[in-house]
Amino acid sequence: MNEINVSMLAPLLPEVIMASAGILVLLVELVARRKETAGLLSIAAVAVAAYYVPHSFGKSFGGMFVSDGYSAFFKFIFFINLILTVLLSMRYLVIEKSNHGEYYSLVVFSTLGMMLMASAGDLIVLYLGLELMALSSYVLAGFIRHDARSSEAAVKYFLLGAFSSALLLYGITLVYGLTGTTDVSLIGAAVVEKGLSTPLFLSVVFLMAAFGFKTALAPFHMWAPDVYEGAPTSVTAFMSVGPKAAAFAAFGRVFLTGFGSLSTDWTGILVVLSILTMAVGNILAIQQDNIKRMLAYSSVAHAGYAVLGIIVGGAEGLAAMMNYLFIYGFMNLGAFAVVIMLRSEGVRGEALEDYKGLAKTHPFAAAVMLVFMFSLTGIPPTAGFIGKFYLFKAVVGAGYAWLAVVTVIFSAISAYFYLRVVMYMYMLEPEGEAVTLSLSPSLGLALLITTLVVILIGVYPSPLLSFARLAAG
Amino acid sequence: MPGSYLPSSYLPVLIFLVISLVFGLGALVMGGMFRLRRPYAEKLRPYESGVTPVGEPRQRFSVRFYVIAMLFVVFDVEVIFLYPWAVVFDRIGLFAFIEMVIFIFILLVGYVYAWRKEAFVWE
Amino acid sequence: MVPLYWYLWLGGVVFAIGVFGFLARRNIIIMFLSIELMLNGVNISLVALSHYMQDLRGQILVFFIIAVAAAEAAIGLAIIIAMFRNRDTLHADEMAEMKG
Repeated sequence: MNEINVSMLAPLLPEVIMASAGILVLLVELVARRKETAGLLSIAAVAVAAYYVPHSFGKSFGGMFVSDGYSAFFKFIFFINLILTVLLSMRYLVIEKSNHGEYYSLVVFSTLGMMLMASAGDLIVLYLGLELMALSSYVLAGFIRHDARSSEAAVKYFLLGAFSSALLLYGITLVYGLTGTTDVSLIGAAVVEKGLSTPLFLSVVFLMAAFGFKTALAPFHMWAPDVYEGAPTSVTAFMSVGPKAAAFAAFGRVFLTGFGSLSTDWTGILVVLSILTMAVGNILAIQQDNIKRMLAYSSVAHAGYAVLGIIVGGAEGLAAMMNYLFIYGFMNLGAFAVVIMLRSEGVRGEALEDYKGLAKTHPFAAAVMLVFMFSLTGIPPTAGFIGKFYLFKAVVGAGYAWLAVVTVIFSAISAYFYLRVVMYMYMLEPEGEAVTLSLSPSLGLALLITTLVVILIGVYPSPLLSFARLAAG
Repeated sequence: MPGSYLPSSYLPVLIFLVISLVFGLGALVMGGMFRLRRPYAEKLRPYESGVTPVGEPRQRFSVRFYVIAMLFVVFDVEVIFLYPWAVVFDRIGLFAFIEMVIFIFILLVGYVYAWRKEAFVWE
Repeated sequence: MVPLYWYLWLGGVVFAIGVFGFLARRNIIIMFLSIELMLNGVNISLVALSHYMQDLRGQILVFFIIAVAAAEAAIGLAIIIAMFRNRDTLHADEMAEMKG
């Protein structure tokens, strides 16, 4: 029996800071007159937690909690996601008349759940992290209580999310019964020893379905468009990056460490899921006339690209996936920042029609949107190109040249709906009354950060690439 | 011991359950066999000698009850973590005690929060 | 002696009833109850396996599942009440504000 003492908490320091911050934000919200104080406090907490992440490497609680390069990289994605989301939300929540301080503490707790998922060395910790993340985001999705679409999104997200975590639990139960443990690396050892059996394959399928739900892989993506459309836009931005990246982090660790020896048996399924996801995401995105819904299908398609990293496997594949998710976080949050900017009192600014002639009325907003649309398509010199390029390189390197070709074809299809937004902005005349921008200092800062990073990584990617490579290796 | 799934120490409970079932059902069946049956309209009313019921019995009740029930469920279930801790309390010492204090503190924050948000106020 | 398989079958069947209920029923409360049924199927299997292997991890996980399920019930009911106030329906097929 391991001795319990305070030194076991050292690798958890960033998580402890985040948990304390969440509680503090909740209490500050009770007394603070301006709700933005809670938001600023959460950003400060993230800065402190981020500082301690590189100093916290190690295992704790008998391997249940693992803080390594892999988890650290993902934690930085979550921190960036939190900071940008808070910056996007401050003005937006006032416009939506839902300026409650709980919002920020829910965002902090959700991020804490993601951090636990990325660091989970044990399926029990994985489950707890996942539920902490999911329960907070269900509430966030329904945050605009007086809006029927928001609460409908919350109900759908809640029902399908709870269903998928029940599937995850049954998968965990089968694995536990077959290997006698819930520790991911011990499961890996037991699987090598015992080989594949029908129940084990069943449990792999259950876990794959559960992770498929969380990362919105087709055919488990049905919830994503409705939830992304109905949820408050700032929450959509948050959910499309953080929980997806966290699910990929856990997906990668469980499948490559736990079931790595069976990879020949499950990559086939994953290849089918990946192609199906790219097809569904890119083709259904074409017929959307609501930008949030279009970005939802686009987010489904991007999950299809990112999962290629797990198919390739090894340090190479993981590094490509992490790199891709990092870049995806910036470009997607940036695109949603523009969508939020078009939302003002009385005008929803979600219809594609609202983008007609934006270059004439608001050239700055149109130019920024152009960068994000190019990046999401994967056109150089934006970051999106770098992400896709290294993903394809890893896929081809692993001997799946045909899969890379399929992916390129679907990327070409995706150009149609991303560039349609650009076409609307630059080549059409404004119709009806012009949209008014609701630009606030914090939103401007978020746009500045995302645009700069997307372009910077596009022209000078090597620091990010070596960071991802180091973290995955 | 592995392989044994008959929880034999619970056998008295099973016997008790069977006896109480037999007794309860037996009384009903016996009563039904021997009693006289002369029904008439007045006798079959829900309250034979009370006030005549007015309105629908399935009333909607205040949504406030749900809020209280939700809060109860959350705080109630957390107690399951206190039981295993209490059983081994004398063996795992001070560290676990502090951990439990932190756990209860977090619950307390939730309680204070609910209080300040007037979740317990019955308008 | 009740063999392990009986417990696993019971857990599996309860889980399957939950899955069926979730997919077949359209009342949100019933769908939510089906999810709870799935969780309890998992709990039965976990406790049986844990006892069979004389390993505590399974029972620890059951504790966490029960606690999380309570939090989930609270949040789920809150969300459902919020939706009912906006829409006056508890039927999943009538939730069609967004389509496409």
